[in-house]
Amino acid sequence: MILTKAQYEEIAQCLVSVPPTRQSLRKLKQRFPSQSQATLLSIFSQEYQKHIKRTHAKHHTSEAIESYYQRYLNGVVKNGAAPVLLDLANEVDYAPSLMARLILERFLQEHEETAPSKSVINSMLRDPSQIPDGVLANQVYQCIVNDCCYGPLVDCIKHAIGHEHEVLLRDLLLEKNLSFLDEDQLRAKGYDKTPDFILQVPVAVEGHIIHWIESKASFGDECSHHAYLHDQFWSYWNRDGISQCCSGWCGTPGLSSSSASASQSAGITGMRKHFLPGILMKCVCK
Amino acid sequence: MAAVLESLLREEVSVAAVVRWIARSTRGSEDNPGEAAALSSLRPLRKEFVPFLLNFLREQSSRVLPQGPRPRQGPGSRGARSQLFPPTEAASTAAEAPLARRGGRRRGPGPARERGGRGLEEGVSGENLPGAGGRRLRGSGSPSRPSLTLSDPPNLSNLEEFPPVGSVPPGPAGTKPSRRINPTPVSEERSLSKPKTCFTSPPISCVPSSQPSALDTSPWGLGLPPGCRSLQEEREMLRKERSKQLQQSPTPTCPTPELGSPLPSRAGSLTDEPADPARVSSRQRLELVALVYSSCIAENLVPNLFLELFFVFQLLTARRMVTAKDSDPELSPGVLDSLESPLFQSIHDCVFFAVQVLECHFQVLSNLDKGTLKLLAENERLLCFSPALQGRLRAAYEGSVAKVSLAMPPSAQAVSFQPETDNRANFSSDRAFHTFKKQRDVFYEVLREWEDHHEEPGWDFEKGLGSRIRAMMGQLSAACSHSHFVRLFQKQLLQMCQSPGGAGGTVLGEAPDVLSMLGADKLGRLWRLQERLMAPQSSGGPCPPPTFPGCQGFFRDFILSASSFQFNQHLMDSLSLKIRELNGLALPQHEPSDEDGESDVDWQGERRQFAVVLLSLRLLAKFLGFVAFLPYRGPEPPPTGELQDSILALRSQVPPVLDVRTLLQRGLQARRAVLTVPWLVEFLSFADHVVPLLDYYRDIFILLLRLHRSLVLSQESEGKMCFLNKLLLLAVLGWLFQIPTVPEDLFFLEEGPSDAFEVDTVAPEHGLDAAPVVDQQLLYTCCPYIGELRKLLALWVSGSSGRSGGFMRKITPTTTTGLGAQPSQTSQGLQARLAQAFFHNQPPSLRRTVEFVAERIGSNCVKHIKATLVADLVRQAESLLQEQLVTQGEEGGDPAQLLEILCSQLCPHGAQALALGREFCQRKSPGAVRALLPEETPAAVLSSAENIAVGLATEKACAWLSANITALIRREVKAAVSRTLRAQGPEPAARGERRGCSRACEHHAPLPSHLISEIKDVLSLAVGPRDPDEGVSPEHLEQLLGQLGQTLRCRQFLCPPAEQHLAKCSVELASLLVADQIPILGPPAQYRLERGQARRLLHMLLSLWKEDFQGPVPLQLLLSPRNVGLLADTRPREWDLLLFLLRELVEKGLMGRMEIEACLGSLHQAQWPGDFAEELATLSNLFLAEPPLPEPQLRACELVQPNRGTVLAQS
Repeated sequence: MILTKAQYEEIAQCLVSVPPTRQSLRKLKQRFPSQSQATLLSIFSQEYQKHIKRTHAKHHTSEAIESYYQRYLNGVVKNGAAPVLLDLANEVDYAPSLMARLILERFLQEHEETAPSKSVINSMLRDPSQIPDGVLANQVYQCIVNDCCYGPLVDCIKHAIGHEHEVLLRDLLLEKNLSFLDEDQLRAKGYDKTPDFILQVPVAVEGHIIHWIESKASFGDECSHHAYLHDQFWSYWNRDGISQCCSGWCGTPGLSSSSASASQSAGITGMRKHFLPGILMKCVCK
Repeated sequence: MAAVLESLLREEVSVAAVVRWIARSTRGSEDNPGEAAALSSLRPLRKEFVPFLLNFLREQSSRVLPQGPRPRQGPGSRGARSQLFPPTEAASTAAEAPLARRGGRRRGPGPARERGGRGLEEGVSGENLPGAGGRRLRGSGSPSRPSLTLSDPPNLSNLEEFPPVGSVPPGPAGTKPSRRINPTPVSEERSLSKPKTCFTSPPISCVPSSQPSALDTSPWGLGLPPGCRSLQEEREMLRKERSKQLQQSPTPTCPTPELGSPLPSRAGSLTDEPADPARVSSRQRLELVALVYSSCIAENLVPNLFLELFFVFQLLTARRMVTAKDSDPELSPGVLDSLESPLFQSIHDCVFFAVQVLECHFQVLSNLDKGTLKLLAENERLLCFSPALQGRLRAAYEGSVAKVSLAMPPSAQAVSFQPETDNRANFSSDRAFHTFKKQRDVFYEVLREWEDHHEEPGWDFEKGLGSRIRAMMGQLSAACSHSHFVRLFQKQLLQMCQSPGGAGGTVLGEAPDVLSMLGADKLGRLWRLQERLMAPQSSGGPCPPPTFPGCQGFFRDFILSASSFQFNQHLMDSLSLKIRELNGLALPQHEPSDEDGESDVDWQGERRQFAVVLLSLRLLAKFLGFVAFLPYRGPEPPPTGELQDSILALRSQVPPVLDVRTLLQRGLQARRAVLTVPWLVEFLSFADHVVPLLDYYRDIFILLLRLHRSLVLSQESEGKMCFLNKLLLLAVLGWLFQIPTVPEDLFFLEEGPSDAFEVDTVAPEHGLDAAPVVDQQLLYTCCPYIGELRKLLALWVSGSSGRSGGFMRKITPTTTTGLGAQPSQTSQGLQARLAQAFFHNQPPSLRRTVEFVAERIGSNCVKHIKATLVADLVRQAESLLQEQLVTQGEEGGDPAQLLEILCSQLCPHGAQALALGREFCQRKSPGAVRALLPEETPAAVLSSAENIAVGLATEKACAWLSANITALIRREVKAAVSRTLRAQGPEPAARGERRGCSRACEHHAPLPSHLISEIKDVLSLAVGPRDPDEGVSPEHLEQLLGQLGQTLRCRQFLCPPAEQHLAKCSVELASLLVADQIPILGPPAQYRLERGQARRLLHMLLSLWKEDFQGPVPLQLLLSPRNVGLLADTRPREWDLLLFLLRELVEKGLMGRMEIEACLGSLHQAQWPGDFAEELATLSNLFLAEPPLPEPQLRACELVQPNRGTVLAQS
């Protein structure tokens, strides 16, 4: 599946200040019927995360929290069954799950003497039944199932995607008869930072030598690519010490199980990227 | 200065504030205002505080450390050993004289250029500051800017001005007393010892002179023979002095009448004053001073870490107190109020202070060699003053593997003929070629003769060999012959002097350190024996001057005797080239994370390689420095005034022989300081007095100073320098700062704050500095003077062994392990020599091949053992662990205990590793050698090479295996145990019967992520808010559950977290079904799910829970208040699906009745609307009333009940 930079930007354009809800995603699907839901969700999620990163701080001032909490309290007094928290989140343009966390924290602070620990909060978000207040539990649950970009369920989906793609990649490598070391084997050898797979014998894909492959299971846009480059890739590079090193990046929107061929390529950003059907390979050439 | 110390003692300012004040003057912001004010008034004195403190301590201790040469009374008679810097306060009487002013200006800070007469006016300013009055002048009236001023005639008879051994002041003017602690602990035991005659006398100017000014007559001479002579004289004088003292006034020396200990006159008969923690006189004061002192040490504000440690050890092992007031009458008048009473009033005070300081530096102590640690841990004073520290030291000793061995140096071996460079084609003519061959013979003849004779008493290098050497040099007419000879010379130098265990670093020369081989309790006798027989076992105190020990002496004397400038020039060229080459060598960089067993083997090799390179560099740099600065070193005093300016102007034009500044800068940038700095220090240690004044070298010193400051030992972080690397750098830099030619005030320069030292702009992520390349062996080889600490402690043991006996564990005397193992050692040695001889006759490539094969096979062997034997043991461990877990039930017991049990069972099997390893090397090496050597290699050579390769590989592998196999097994088993425990940890059910998908599975099931996302959509639809046209079809729900089943059966893509979430989502879905909350899409826009459809879906879910989920399913959530609360919203309430579900759960064995009862019970506690609570109570009654195993027809009849509400009402 190839996605040009223009297409990506078109999709991203539609996502400006759109709440991360089921409805938004449905509209997106209607707008771009040719893209799979997973692709759209991945882009949506990524764009939305960028948005949250920019605006995160303003929701975390004590004044903001206080005003949200008061609005929540007023709302549930009027009607506990109404989607008070979800509406509040959408209104102030904040992720519902994050809003739920904010209010829950504030609530626990008020009702318990000690500040709640992060693990307690996380556990309550995973299982809202543990929240002592029934109304709040329902509100929080509603936020979580309606949020398609944040929250424990979304995290789990992302994690599952990562795992699935690693498995797919492994199958693909096995199918192509490429000898590799996976993360567990690498870790057993004492590597601290490991890519998903190191090819024991490097392969050339369109003139670029691939030494290792990292499956990121998220959309490979420019910004996240730079971030990963910074956090991970250079440290692999430093460790492998290979003069001409290419990282294969399997970022996979709409990954299908069809077999890969390295025949197609396209450029999204200034960097050269290689797309295998279903697998987006990206080369970092040094 | 005293004011600062005083306000500290009066607790006006905190220790931290003072240290901050010293370290970085500019940032007073974090201090509290009062303290800041108190200190800011003293700001101009800031940089002078450290020298003041050090001098203060030395001065205070001078009464306790009587071993120091402080025999006479009178002005300026402070013990030289106790004087790091000249006193800044001299007798108050002299304060008026202009000279006194100059003297009054404290040493240390201030740019060196300003020294001398120019510093006169500034000197005055310091005097007017509060608390700075009453400063005493040094008795001799010598100004304190000695190296450049030539003002007063030296007091040549003053021992303090001309301290013994290496700490020779730079100029005969002797304008400053030694700022060093007298390095050799010239104790009574050793006062009779003969001077060390380990070197041949120099060819020039060996006039025995009683004039200390002769100390510096030899151009290279720092502690060389003339120095030794003066030492002898000094000791002689000391001895006389002491015996005089003893005869004349036996009484006043001992302040401890209760002991009445007579002063000992002989070694071994020393009676030491016992130290008692209860009798410490002013604890608080001592603690404060100790804290400030420790902080200064920790912040690297003192020039030499090990010198301070040595001083502290001296205090710790001080034997007894000399009467303070009587013997040092001039001490009291000048001192200030709160400092008036001596800091150390008794031995107890000294020991207390020492222990306080040592406590702060445990980290450094714990990195000393094992022998020192042992002596420290067994020191009864330490035990008595700080059992905690003693305990830590003991633990450190037991955990230490830092055995520093002082192996015999290899015998000199000639450099073999190098076909590439030594053949005829490289010479201009036949004649040159033959001359070179002849020279080569002469050279080795000279060398052999030196080897045979240099230890004989009357033999003299110059007399014996000088003329022959000069004749040989005379024949080297052609320039190219010089370069050939220099190459040979350099190779021979490296070959003879570089090996880590050899004479390369140890000043002991060729005598093995008997002291460290013998048991400590025999030391007393040994000392006395030595007095008669041999040179003292000392390398010259904690700060010995640069020397040429062992074989190096030959090369130095050769250069001097040859006195050929062509030779020197070629030598410098060649040395510079080699230094550049070695310094730039890409040493393999260690992966900090890569702590794997197999790489340990490689890493050991890499560390060894680093040691070889470093030692070679140091050796080459030392000779380069020696030759390069030779023309500038002379007996005449360093020039001053205009003469100095003109010399400076001239010298600054001379390009440096090697661009060391650039090399240093690059080294720092590339984080290779640990390689570059040690050799640079060697180079600089031979610099003459003018060198530090040259801008070029001044930059270097400033860089080094900043580096020194930045090496704070307590700051450890990833990617930064390793501890031992830092320690090595601190040791060599500290040593350099004590070299007389390095102006001392350079160290206390104002500029160069530590935080300005930022070089890592373009540094690679992991430089050599961050790799653990230095071990204790290398540290002690490079800095043998650190071993002085151990000798000090050993000396203490030898003195006190007669008395203590209680705690001290005696080591078996006379026969040592070293001597016991002699036979095998010699036979091994013979083998090694044979192998050496074999290689000598073969092309170098053969040796490289054999060594390479041995290296690789040895390494592979370890890997092989790890993959076979160790892996097997780990598997055994895993199965043993499983058994253990089964027998012990879920608890499994304490993991640490389990590990212990397993290791005790498995580690003995590690013994097989050696046999297996031997077999592996035996099997693999010959083939590899054969494959790599030329086909035409003669059979005998081949088989020898094979045997050597087998031997070397086996040695390498077995050495590693025997040292590490247990640890390796332990580590692997530990990892396996934690893996197993983690795997079974939170959900025991998930373990064991986890099935994969069936063999026929083609993994076409929907992906878990897709399913979670789909179910999430349904959940969000159900929970709302939703548009009126939103909903799901019953078919979609059914399809979804079908897919869930497929996914759960094909486990290819399923990871545990995904399964957990699927389980939870399925339970939520069931709750929504039960509460009839799922909006259904159908022909009439939205309607409710039919009862039958709902039951069918619930059945599907029940079957999934029962059959397909392999992880736990949180079924109790079905009865959580939130999910049950969903029912409250539906009107009319319908309970039949819930009751149905509960019964099914029980019947399928998914939940127990008791469990459900408990859940229902806790539901009552929640707050419900009144009618809902009633219905809930009825439901639970109904459920509880049913027989434990509900019969099928009961269910059947329920199925026909249309409305559960009415049923409830009826019953």
